[in-house]
Amino acid sequence: MDFFRQHILTIVAFWPVAGVIVLVFLNKENKTLIRWWANFVAFAGFVISLPIWFWFDFENSDQMQFIQKVPWIQNLGVEYHVGIDGISLLLVMLTTLLGPLALLSSWDAIDNRLKEYYAFLLMLQTGMIGVFISLDFFLFYVFWEVMLVPMYFLIGVWGGSRKLYAAIKFFLYTLFGSVLLLLGILALYFAYPGMAAQQPSLAAEFGTAHTFNVLAFQAMGSFLPAGLQWWIFLAFFVGFAIKVPMFPFHTWLPDAHVEAPTAGSVILAGVLLKMGTYGFLRFSLPMLPEGTKAFIPLMITLSIVGIVYGALVAMMQPDMKKLVAYSSVSHMGFVTLGMFALNPNGLNGSIIQQINHGISTGALFLIVGMIYERRHTREISQFGGISHVMPVFAVVFLIMTMSSIGLPLLNGFIGEFTILMGALQANLWYAIAAGSGIVLGAAYMLWLYQRTMFGTLDNPANQKLLDMNFREIVTVAPLIIMAFWIGLYPAPFFKAVEKPVNKIVLKVRPDFFQGAPQLNAGQPAVPAQGDAR
Amino acid sequence: MNFLDLIWLIPLFPVVGFLVNGLIGKRLPKSVVGIIGAGAVLVSFIFSAGAVLQLAQLPAEERSHTVRLYQWFDAGAAQTLGGQMARFQVDFGFLLDPLSSVMILVVTGIGFLIHVYSTGYMHEEDGFYRFFAYLNLFMFSMLTLVLGSNYLMMFIGWEGVGLCSYLLIGYYFHKKSAGDAAKKAFVVNRVGDWGLSIGIMLIFVSFGTIEFTAVGEAVREGLAAGSFSVSDPLFIGIALALFVGATGKSAQLPLYVWLPDAMEGPTPVSALIHAATMVTAGVYMVARSNFIFQMAPEAMAVVAVIGALTALFAASIGLVQNDIKRVLAYSTVSQLGYMFLALGVGAFAAGVFHLMTHAFFKALLFLGSGSVIHAMHHEQDMRKMGALKNKIPITFKTMAIGTLAIAGIPGLAGFFSKDEILWKAFSNPQGHVILWLLGVVVAGMTAFYMFRLLFMTFYGESRVDHHVEHHIHESPKSMTIPLMVLAAGSVVSGYLGIPLWLGGTNAFEHWLEPVFEPLPITQAAIVEHSHAFEAGMAALSVMVALAGIYLAYRKYYKTSYRAETEVASYGAAYPVLQNKYYVDELYDGLFVNRVKDAGVGLWKFDAKLVDGAVNGSASLTVTGANGSNWWDRWIVDGIVRFIGGFIKTASWPIRLIETGYTQNYALVMVLGVLIIIGYALWGGQ
Repeated sequence: MDFFRQHILTIVAFWPVAGVIVLVFLNKENKTLIRWWANFVAFAGFVISLPIWFWFDFENSDQMQFIQKVPWIQNLGVEYHVGIDGISLLLVMLTTLLGPLALLSSWDAIDNRLKEYYAFLLMLQTGMIGVFISLDFFLFYVFWEVMLVPMYFLIGVWGGSRKLYAAIKFFLYTLFGSVLLLLGILALYFAYPGMAAQQPSLAAEFGTAHTFNVLAFQAMGSFLPAGLQWWIFLAFFVGFAIKVPMFPFHTWLPDAHVEAPTAGSVILAGVLLKMGTYGFLRFSLPMLPEGTKAFIPLMITLSIVGIVYGALVAMMQPDMKKLVAYSSVSHMGFVTLGMFALNPNGLNGSIIQQINHGISTGALFLIVGMIYERRHTREISQFGGISHVMPVFAVVFLIMTMSSIGLPLLNGFIGEFTILMGALQANLWYAIAAGSGIVLGAAYMLWLYQRTMFGTLDNPANQKLLDMNFREIVTVAPLIIMAFWIGLYPAPFFKAVEKPVNKIVLKVRPDFFQGAPQLNAGQPAVPAQGDAR
Repeated sequence: MNFLDLIWLIPLFPVVGFLVNGLIGKRLPKSVVGIIGAGAVLVSFIFSAGAVLQLAQLPAEERSHTVRLYQWFDAGAAQTLGGQMARFQVDFGFLLDPLSSVMILVVTGIGFLIHVYSTGYMHEEDGFYRFFAYLNLFMFSMLTLVLGSNYLMMFIGWEGVGLCSYLLIGYYFHKKSAGDAAKKAFVVNRVGDWGLSIGIMLIFVSFGTIEFTAVGEAVREGLAAGSFSVSDPLFIGIALALFVGATGKSAQLPLYVWLPDAMEGPTPVSALIHAATMVTAGVYMVARSNFIFQMAPEAMAVVAVIGALTALFAASIGLVQNDIKRVLAYSTVSQLGYMFLALGVGAFAAGVFHLMTHAFFKALLFLGSGSVIHAMHHEQDMRKMGALKNKIPITFKTMAIGTLAIAGIPGLAGFFSKDEILWKAFSNPQGHVILWLLGVVVAGMTAFYMFRLLFMTFYGESRVDHHVEHHIHESPKSMTIPLMVLAAGSVVSGYLGIPLWLGGTNAFEHWLEPVFEPLPITQAAIVEHSHAFEAGMAALSVMVALAGIYLAYRKYYKTSYRAETEVASYGAAYPVLQNKYYVDELYDGLFVNRVKDAGVGLWKFDAKLVDGAVNGSASLTVTGANGSNWWDRWIVDGIVRFIGGFIKTASWPIRLIETGYTQNYALVMVLGVLIIIGYALWGGQ
């Protein structure tokens, strides 16, 4: 058990690959066995990740936990260094939760090259978890790049009619960003020994040799010359903004989503996009505080443009999946808005909203996938009155619609409102401008719902549709539970992220708390509201 | 039993009803579904009554009871405007005070009656269980709205009632008009919510809390300490932002447009949500935030003017509508305008008083109209009614009482509450004689259009379709009994607030005093008027109402309804009023279609320009690659090959000997050796 506890991150990350190795030896013709095995691996992956949540020390959520550190490429200073704080905890759990659901959704939908399909999905899972647990920038970059490959094949082989175009676009666009990201990493890598020579505190903790240690780079952030930070921020920005995606780097997303199989879309929207925002949180903000500050106006502007722009474009889409894809642009705009409001409310909300987006948009893609499996079209105009034949589906769709448009007591509201609260503390007009996205969000989602679910069932092709089956209900049920959990009792989620967030805020704005009690000591930043009254 | 600590159960009972009916209602008999649905609300009513009675036993200044269930969320440190740090924490808590006790009694009491009525009205519907599930969910939301102890708890209810309204307006979801109306209601309300949420956030950053009682105290403390001042732009901003929310939910100018369309929902829904409870949420919210509005007299003036104008505007449209429910819908908008007029002139208690009496008589009128529609086999057009008086006598009598009440006839509830508003609009320091005058004119119009409704429906010649004529029947007891109870309420509820000039004590205002305690702000002195003067003013407004009734009597009773005469009598104004001032068309042209255009435009922009840039750079790369290929082939490699060729050409003589064959080299070597030897032998001489 001790071994398990100490190596849990590695085990959770590489468990899917271990499953793939077995998968490779299964008989290609025995599809049932392949399906069962792949789903078992993914589900077991979720189960073995659960102890992370229970063993995680929420009181010290800003400290890296479950650390494993082994030298890897010694003459470059590369280490296998993994660990999680509260932020990565939530993202790892989101990944291990969404992975099995994505696999389960493919049960009937995918029938060709099953073995390869599941192998790629499982490898993807390892790549994503790896990204969120890496504390070594080199290791991070390896996972970040490796993960592109399975996604490329998932879109390119099992995708829709324009799959090759979408797959290549996705791959090249992201790769383009990655190259700049790599340049930024190398700049930090080569800057480190010089900085460590000047700053004894840095040298004392992390040594003076070349290193890719993320924590060392974060510590270095306070000393790095502003001019250098500016350039590195720009390089990171391109890499991460493409991934998020932020306006105007978003156009690969609708294509990739529309062409990807359902599971691919779920993972893409649910987890992959979070890697961009995670990159900003983990690297750009703490490592480049001066660079961050210089770019706040740009980032806020792009966020707000993204919110409104994504919503308006989503509204007029004739294809359901494309609509949800553009809604992602809008929702991720909220995430980056909260992040660059650069105060605790904004950042806390931003992280919660990342989880929420994974849940709501993941579920919406599952929902669109279910209807596509039945009708082989996603044209909104092909539908109408579906509530008559698929009442359970109608309820599930309604709940997720409400979650997406931020109805209180569901998850979306908690994130959105907290983000807006943070934005308003930064500037009243940010909140007012971004608030329009909530109105538009209701408009496009309810219009979609009305056109598909309400009305008369006049298309003969829809009259014999079957309601959701047991497997499909099982697929969305966990997401519905999560939506209500976060909506009704978000305390554990806020607790996980608050301290890491305060640390980031302090890094960028050292005077933010104005001499309030030490944040890392486990005490609240300020007296609780109850005491103040 | 200590009901005060159990107030959190009040919203929860309907949730149980919702879950049971929603999950297994389809398999239950309709009678059971109805009992569960109505029963859940009855239990809430009993708990509400118990809690209110216990609250009333406390001394007036202690009548504020908070029950905190748990901390809903805690989003970390936040910077307030004063530069201090606070934590953005929100409790899942409930607050019972005189204001919320009025609201929960109205909501559960009238709500229960409407549930009972619905068991009869909706009996033929297939989605019976679905209807009751939604209705119970609505009760939960509405009770959370009025019982929540802070602005975000209120917001839960606020959005929740919006969702239920969406579901219930869209109940007949196979009808496109119903779906459209549902979406319109939700989206228009969202515009209001945009303002409301900004207001709530501003409250938090101003006071570091969003608990109602704490904000109220903070305002008082700040005022006493001199850190806040009246007419501070901050307070004006907060008040106006909140009021934007109120104009959405309570259907005031300019966001009232959704309410008339909301009549697509089943009639009990119109009665419950779009007359008695949900639409009054904005009134409740403004009254609840009275401490903020008092600090912003300019915002109060906006509230009063918007209220008065909405009252007039909606009443004028109501004059010519022919759909029985539409008349009542515009009447509701107009009456809500009265309530805002009251709030705007600082008569918070009068606004809430009218909210309560209106809940009785408007619920009665809607349910009555439902009974008419039920009898007429879903005919809502009053032009196809007439002479129903003796065919559905209970419906007629109860509706007549409701009509008298809303018209402001002395002795009925509407008189007391409306008169209080008119008087305060005239006499309060924030009031104005023009506001009063508008109110009086609306009173006359109200009396006119309501009696027009009554005469067109129940009197004159029958214009009923022959096929329907002999099917007309009085509604079942489950429907008529609620009508009778509400009719009684439409009379009695007014006596809770008998004004001083009539020898009363204005008990209702007293009850609310702890909530509406005026802030210590210096204001223009209240001009004292004698009771006789007040009585005179009341008499004047009654006279105007009677004049309205007389006019309706002349036009719709003495001479039976004729479409041509009605149209002619309004002249050019008729099409304008009939088409609701073309506001829907205006909004479509100004906003809805423009947003859609923007969506299409941006979509094209996205595909052509943004994605164009991406694809462009891709094709640029391909072109560049082709160019490089050419360059590589013809220039780079060209040079290489040129050099090669040059050397090849230039090396022609050498190549003659540099053949690469060993024997050639051997031959040359041998020749060389022979030459050297020859030279050595013979060259020396």
